[in-house]
Amino acid sequence: MTIEELENRARLLRKDIVEMIYNAKSGHPGGSLSCIDIMTVLFHEKMNMDEDRFVLSKGHCAPAYYACLASIGKIPHEDLNTLRKIDSYLEGHPSNKINGIDVSSGSLGQGLSVANGMALAKQLDGERGKIYCMLGDGEIEEGQIWEAAMTANKYSLNNVVAFVDYNGLQIDGSIMDVKGVNNLKEKFEAFGWNVQEINGHDMQAIIDAIDNTNDSDKPNVIIAKTIKGKGVSFMENQVGWHGKAPNEEEYKQAMEELSK
Amino acid sequence: MISTRKAYGEFLTEIGDNPDVVVLDADLAAATKTDMFKKEYPERHIDVGIAEQDLVGTAVGLALSGKTVFASTFAMFMAGRAYDQVRNMAAYSHSNVNLCATHAGVMVGEDGPTHQCIEDIAIMNVIPTMKVFCPADGVSTKKILSICMNEDGPKYIRLGRSDLPELYTDEEFHVGGSHTCGDGKDGTVFATGSTVSIALEAQNELKEKGINIRVVDLYSIKPVDKEEIVRCAKETEKLVTIEDHSIIGGIGSIVSDVLTELYPKKVEKIGINDTFGKSGKWTEVYKYFGLTKENIMYKFIQE
Repeated sequence: MTIEELENRARLLRKDIVEMIYNAKSGHPGGSLSCIDIMTVLFHEKMNMDEDRFVLSKGHCAPAYYACLASIGKIPHEDLNTLRKIDSYLEGHPSNKINGIDVSSGSLGQGLSVANGMALAKQLDGERGKIYCMLGDGEIEEGQIWEAAMTANKYSLNNVVAFVDYNGLQIDGSIMDVKGVNNLKEKFEAFGWNVQEINGHDMQAIIDAIDNTNDSDKPNVIIAKTIKGKGVSFMENQVGWHGKAPNEEEYKQAMEELSK
Repeated sequence: MISTRKAYGEFLTEIGDNPDVVVLDADLAAATKTDMFKKEYPERHIDVGIAEQDLVGTAVGLALSGKTVFASTFAMFMAGRAYDQVRNMAAYSHSNVNLCATHAGVMVGEDGPTHQCIEDIAIMNVIPTMKVFCPADGVSTKKILSICMNEDGPKYIRLGRSDLPELYTDEEFHVGGSHTCGDGKDGTVFATGSTVSIALEAQNELKEKGINIRVVDLYSIKPVDKEEIVRCAKETEKLVTIEDHSIIGGIGSIVSDVLTELYPKKVEKIGINDTFGKSGKWTEVYKYFGLTKENIMYKFIQE
């Protein structure tokens, strides 16, 4: 896809996210909208579905995941509006019973270890392919992330490409106020990782950053500066939109903004 | 005499030439006996360090990639420290991982209460889709592990630290099975793991006193052999359970649950009674908590 096509695709996926959460009357729009540009690049440009794997460690951004799966034909698009409903298979957080999802997630801090396991399996078998793992910036407050960071370093898992969706906000406020998540680059470097910092809404930057991991001999992390709620004016950088559904009026405004 | 953890280590070396087998540990390889595998197949032995949550997550990633995975640490850390990972990643992701937890129960001995997991049967039993096994000797350990290798879904295999007598030779084992020794009518002792051999000793001594009981080895704790529990409840008089585990949520509770539903009858439980463990030689600790043949015999002689 061209950059323009990717941007347009991301816009459509944002509409799916907002509509899904509006219909579900609950869900997590803020983080879904902040990571969707990266996921658009992964699902529509960089991932080889036969070789590569994806782990959504920040599982509450399931709407972004489901929208991507629908857009590549893994699940029917019309099913998206059954999200979180009693007769739907689209659980509030990802389940690997859903076509296209390798591992269930939702309890934070656990996806990087699973990605490592998948990467080790490839390493043992001499198989090609990367394991992409989407982490939240609040999520990395979980200690297990750093256990996994050490394991990836120990086994030189250069086929691991993690993203930190660095939108700066978590449920109780800014990540600096809640836990003081700072110096991320230095932290990951100290753990032996190849670190890149990019604008997580710049399609070309995302593509380049992924390409830059091709010759890496270390595990890779791309710290992607993003805007929580990106694309919907009243949700942007608002912590209150972490886990809340829009009402009818807000929904209409959001869809109008995303139609441009 | 062999410990079930040692039998586990031997089993791993016996199946180790299968290139799909991967063994993980969290800095306890010498104790869990995965070091026996490591010695022969170092490239397929993954040590994540003292990081049990990472241990389970990494094991799940390997299992979801088609590997035959055995992950080990002490029961306390597998069932305690990594509970969320076991539930949400290993079980909810429908992985085929084999969680082989050693040093279960007060049999740990000298290390004391912080390392004596007396809750793991209860914890693992409540996890949806989890299968739970607890072998009583070396032979059954290997047989159960070889079943687990080919069994879908997450499995928890409870192993112990100390040497136990060999009880089996070429008996068959299966998921949801049990083994009953004897056909006495005076009572039944349901046991699992280390308490099976203790119950068998009690059975022999009671026989000399003219009291004939059965001993049921509940090596498959989940699913449990409901039919055999009910059969023994119908055919024998007194029912006793004995386990190196809390009597809350262990096989005492499990047997009681089965009978409440299918054949209501009183069950007397021997186990750790809502308290923490104790440092000491494991045989002394067993005496301290009444995990002895004498205590079993007393249940049948007192009246």
